[in-house]
Amino acid sequence: MADAQLRPILPQRMGRVEFLPALMFTAFIAFFAWSLHQAEVDIGELIAGIPNMARIGADMIPPATDRAVPMMLSLLVTFQMALVGTVVGILLSVPLAVLASSNHTPHPWLYTASRGLISLFRTVPDLAWALFFVASVGLGPFAGTLTIIVDTIGFCGRFFAENMEEADPGPAEALTAIGGTKLDIVTCAAIPCALPAMINTSLFSLEKAVRASVVLGLVGAGGIGVELSVSMEMFRYDQAATIVLMIFFLVMAVERFSSLARKRLFARQ
Amino acid sequence: MSVALTMPKASAQATAIREAQSVCASQPSLLVAGLEKSYAGGATPVFNDVSFAISKGQSVAIIGANGTGKSTLLRCCLRLIEPDKGCVHIDGADLTAACKTRLRRMRSGVGFIFQKHNLVPRLAVLSNVMHGAIARRKGARCWFHGLAPAAEREYAMHCLEMVGLADLAARRADQLSGGQSQRVAIARSLMQKPSMIFADEPAASLDPHAGEEVMETFRSLSERTGMTLVFVSHQVAHAQRYADRVLGLRQGRLAIDVEAKALDTSILGAFYG
Ligand SMILES: Nc1ncnc2c1ncn2[C@@H]1O[C@H](COP(=O)(O)OP(=O)(O)OP(=O)(O)O)[C@@H](O)[C@H]1O
Ligand SMILES: [Mg+2]
Repeated sequence: MADAQLRPILPQRMGRVEFLPALMFTAFIAFFAWSLHQAEVDIGELIAGIPNMARIGADMIPPATDRAVPMMLSLLVTFQMALVGTVVGILLSVPLAVLASSNHTPHPWLYTASRGLISLFRTVPDLAWALFFVASVGLGPFAGTLTIIVDTIGFCGRFFAENMEEADPGPAEALTAIGGTKLDIVTCAAIPCALPAMINTSLFSLEKAVRASVVLGLVGAGGIGVELSVSMEMFRYDQAATIVLMIFFLVMAVERFSSLARKRLFARQ
Repeated sequence: MSVALTMPKASAQATAIREAQSVCASQPSLLVAGLEKSYAGGATPVFNDVSFAISKGQSVAIIGANGTGKSTLLRCCLRLIEPDKGCVHIDGADLTAACKTRLRRMRSGVGFIFQKHNLVPRLAVLSNVMHGAIARRKGARCWFHGLAPAAEREYAMHCLEMVGLADLAARRADQLSGGQSQRVAIARSLMQKPSMIFADEPAASLDPHAGEEVMETFRSLSERTGMTLVFVSHQVAHAQRYADRVLGLRQGRLAIDVEAKALDTSILGAFYG
C-alpha cells in the first residue's frame, strides 16, 4: 500500500478526450472539407493544365523586345504614380496620425474619427479603391495615384500613430512643463522623437506602393498593368514575360534602395 | 444650504494656506496647502494634507525613501499630474485654479529638471535650449534655433555659457555625455527666465563627479540670479551642502521640515529607519 502511493503513476497513452474540443475539432474538419469543395480544388484539372502551363512557359521564351521602349515608359509611369502617391500620402498621414495617437490627440472624438478613417482606408482593398477612382475620375494614372494615396494613408496613418505612441514621452513632458502648446509639443518633441521609426515606415510604404501600382493597371488605373493585361489577352506571352521581368527588376531595385537607406539611417544613431 | 456645507472646507483650506504662509516673511515663491493625490487603483493616497511654503531665493531639498511620492509631489506642483485636493500658489497666483492658457503661462516661469534630461535627441543643443522660450514667444520661431530671432539666439548662447557649454551649441543632443545633457537641460530652463527651478533627482543618473558639477551649477545660478530652487535628492550630502532647508516626505506626510544645518544623524535615523 505504501509502495503504491510512492510510485509515480504512469501517464496513459492518450489523455482523456474532452467533449467540447473534440466537437470543435470535428466541426473544423467538416468545414475545411466543404471549403475544399467550394474552392473547386481538383488535382485532375491541375494535371490536365500542366501541358497548357508548359506551352505558355515555352511561348514566354525568349521574351519579346519589340515593344520594349513603350513598356519601359509605362513602367516609369508606374513608378512615378507610386512615388507621387506615397509622398502625398505620407504628408497627409502625419497630421492624421497626430490626431490618431492616444497621447497627442487634442480630443477623444478626433481620435475616434481619425482612427475610423484610417481603418476604412486600410481595410477596403486597393483594387476596390482603384475601381472607385476609375469610375469617378476616369481611366489613367491619376486614378492609380489617388488609390496609392489612400492606401498609403491607411498604412502610414496607423503606423505613424503607433510610432508616436511608442516614442520616449520624456521630451514631450519636458515641453509641457515649459508651457508649450499641443502644437509645440507635436512639432518639437513627438515628431522628432518618432522620426527614425517614421522614416522606416515610409520606406516600407514606398515598397508596398510600387508592388501595388503594378496591378492597378489591370483595372485601368494606369501604368504597366495595362500593358500586362493587353499582352495576356492577345496571347502574346513573350511580351508578358518581358513585362514580368521588368516589374521584377523595378521591385528589386526599390527594395534594395530602401534597405540601403534603412541601414544608413540606423547606422548614424 | 450648499454654502453652509462648503464653508467649513473652504475655511479649512484658507487656514492651511495661512498656516503654511506664516513661515515666510514675505510673499512665498511656492505655497502648497492641503495637497493630496492618489493614483487610480491605489487605495491609499500617495500623500495627503501636505502643506509648506518656500520663500524667494530659498534652496530646498526634498528627501524620502523610494516611492514616498517626491516625484509625484513635484509634478503636482506644476499640474503635470493633477492633484486631487489642495492648492498650489506660485508667486501668489493660484495654479490649481488656472485655466489652460494661464496654466501654460505660469508653467513657463518655472524650470523643471528631470532625472533623465529629456532633451529632444535629434535636434541641436541650441534648438533644445531655444525650446525654453516656447511659451514666451508664440508660433513657430522657437521650434528650431535656425528660425529664432537673433536676440533669442544670443540669449540661448548666454544660457549655454552660464552652464559652461557654449562650445557645444551646434552638437546634436544625442551626442552628449550624461552630465553635459543635464546641464543643457538646465540651460533650457534658464532660457525660460524662471523665478524658480524644480529638479527631480537631477544628479541621480550621473556619476559622482558630474553630479557634483550639476549641483554646483545650481548653486552658482541661485547665487547669481537669486532664484528659488526645489530639488529632490537621495543623497543626504547634497541636501546638506546645497540646500538651506530640508523637507522629508514619509508615509504620505511631511515628517521633516528643518534647516539644512540642523539635519543630523539622529533626525535621519528616525526618518529613514
Ligand atoms: N503613474 C502612476 N500610476 C500609479 N501609481 C503610480 C504612478 N506613478 C507613481 N505611482 C506610485 O506612487 C507612489 C509614489 O511614486 P513617486 O514616483 O512619486 O515616488 P518617489 O518618491 O519619487 O520615488 P523614487 O525615490 O523612487 O523616485 C509609488 O508608490 C508609485 O508606485
Ligand atoms: Mg522619483
